[in-house]
Amino acid sequence: MTLTRPVTQADAPRPTTVEIVARDRVRRTARRRAVITVLALVIGLGYIVSLVAGQTFYTPAEVFGVIMGQDVPGASFTVGRLRLPRASLAVLAGLCFGMGGVTFQAMLRNPLASPDIIGISSGASAAAAFAIVTLSISGTAVSVVAIVAGLGVAMLVYALSFKSGVVGTRLILIGIGIAAMLDSVTAYVLSRAAMWDLQEATRWLTGSLNGTSWPQVVPVLIALTVLAPVLLGQSRNLSMGQLGDDTASALGVRVERSRVILIIAAVGLIAFATAAAGPIAFVAFLSGPIAARIVGPGVSLLVPAALVGAVLVLVGDFLGQYAFGTRLPVGVITGVLGAPYLIYLIIRTNRAGGSL
Amino acid sequence: MTELHTLAVENLTLGYADRTVIDGLDLVLPAGKITAIVGANACGKSTLLRSMSRLLPPRAGQVLLDGKQVHRMPAKELARTLGLLPQSPIAPEGITVADLVGRGRNPHQRMFSRWTAADDEAVAAALDATDTAVLADRSVDELSGGQRQRVWIAMALAQQTDLLLLDEPTTFLDVSHQVEVLDLLTDLNHSRGTTIVMVLHDLNLAARYADHLIALADGGVHAVGTPHEVLTEATVQAVFGLTSRVLEDPTSGRPMMLPIGRHNVAVPAALRAGSVGAGSVGAGS
Repeated sequence: MTLTRPVTQADAPRPTTVEIVARDRVRRTARRRAVITVLALVIGLGYIVSLVAGQTFYTPAEVFGVIMGQDVPGASFTVGRLRLPRASLAVLAGLCFGMGGVTFQAMLRNPLASPDIIGISSGASAAAAFAIVTLSISGTAVSVVAIVAGLGVAMLVYALSFKSGVVGTRLILIGIGIAAMLDSVTAYVLSRAAMWDLQEATRWLTGSLNGTSWPQVVPVLIALTVLAPVLLGQSRNLSMGQLGDDTASALGVRVERSRVILIIAAVGLIAFATAAAGPIAFVAFLSGPIAARIVGPGVSLLVPAALVGAVLVLVGDFLGQYAFGTRLPVGVITGVLGAPYLIYLIIRTNRAGGSL
Repeated sequence: MTELHTLAVENLTLGYADRTVIDGLDLVLPAGKITAIVGANACGKSTLLRSMSRLLPPRAGQVLLDGKQVHRMPAKELARTLGLLPQSPIAPEGITVADLVGRGRNPHQRMFSRWTAADDEAVAAALDATDTAVLADRSVDELSGGQRQRVWIAMALAQQTDLLLLDEPTTFLDVSHQVEVLDLLTDLNHSRGTTIVMVLHDLNLAARYADHLIALADGGVHAVGTPHEVLTEATVQAVFGLTSRVLEDPTSGRPMMLPIGRHNVAVPAALRAGSVGAGSVGAGS
């Protein structure tokens, strides 16, 4: 028995359970908020750099002038007509891929369930390539065709894998099969394309931002403005769904209804972005897991993953344009990043059922 | 304080694909009591529980909560009155205990509403009641089976429902943790009057802890009533096809069942002679 006890930490008033709970929650959300802020800053910075830098440098003042509609010699064309739409599409398509991808991964509780693995991107891009090369249509009509095809493939994969409820693994395997079939459709269409269409059409194989113009950018912006709030509205249902269908239903989530809304909105985002920029390889697949790694467990990944997607496309495109002797499409860069991760995931999933 | 709600099923028929599991079942679950549902494997215990909590639509008949059909009630409204803990719930990778328990607040929250002080208090109360407050910031992955089960129960408590359905809350737990979980549920029933309905495998624990027993067999109720009325040698024979002896549990005065299989069922002569404990057991024939 010690009579004179040294003052230790144990003498500090023990926090009440309510305080512990509140602290844990604040810690989680604070980290997410910090990550979102940093990613947004990185995107802002990357956006400015890709407007300012290139074969020719323009001062931020000149770039600002162009954005404000002034006529700046040289810069008006290079920045206004080339770099601005390109960088804007990079950000918007990245946001769409990131958010659409993580929606699928979270909904099916498996990082392999990303739309670019399970055939949705392949469907959108096969349809778009077919529409452009074979049907000779362009503009918004291509987006519409891509979206319809994306939704169609999503429904097909879902229906084929439905057997008293959808199991993630079965859906992924069926999706991979469908994706392979659709990719061969794209390759066939391109092999029949006229020479002058090829430059444009290769976009549908890996994804590229070459020659982006405003009419391609606007539909993506509209899709994001309409569909992102729909997904964010489902964000809580999405996190609840990770407890399994039964638990989520018991906690008041209408699982099937929520799943339909999530699928339509996510496929819409993916298809619009794919129609504009092609299936930029692995962005949808990579963004969610990267975001999960930085923000930590237990928070909604929709916004962080969208921002990671934008960073990937923006930085990937910039590197593809200037970092190597020859200009590479952004899809090549993201593909090089994504492929090893895919292999890693498959190995890991084989060892123990992985989840997001 | 808890309101008393009546949960009843009328002429309920349930099944999967071409298999009927429950056929024309009528049942009333006593409010404010602990009910245990027992029965052989695949007799439809879990199916019944899932249907009572709206997860499985009936083929025929209905599930009534205070006279209203649960399958027609708004999802969140039902989830504020009736909670369900499924048999093997999934914890997202890396989720903390406080976060998981907080998910139980979902039916009390609107689509874009912020987290409120009332939510924090409900989570804290649930952690305290299950003695898991010290685990609050730990990851669920790191917990032992017993701790994890208490955390899941805490999640169901944070939901603050007057009725709580649990599908085999004691599976995968060792005997001391089984007792711990059942004690916890009994405390909850006594202190808040929460109506508890659980599927249990262990007949003796069911008889010890439940006020009301339901034995299911052949798609319907075989016996229903107090443990004394239900746990009999005849019921065990009919429901499980097992010969048994039912004795009075010396601790609780409730019935307890000893299974009789094909082996080791005769008492060795040395023991029968009353020489137990005298150190002479080894001397038997």
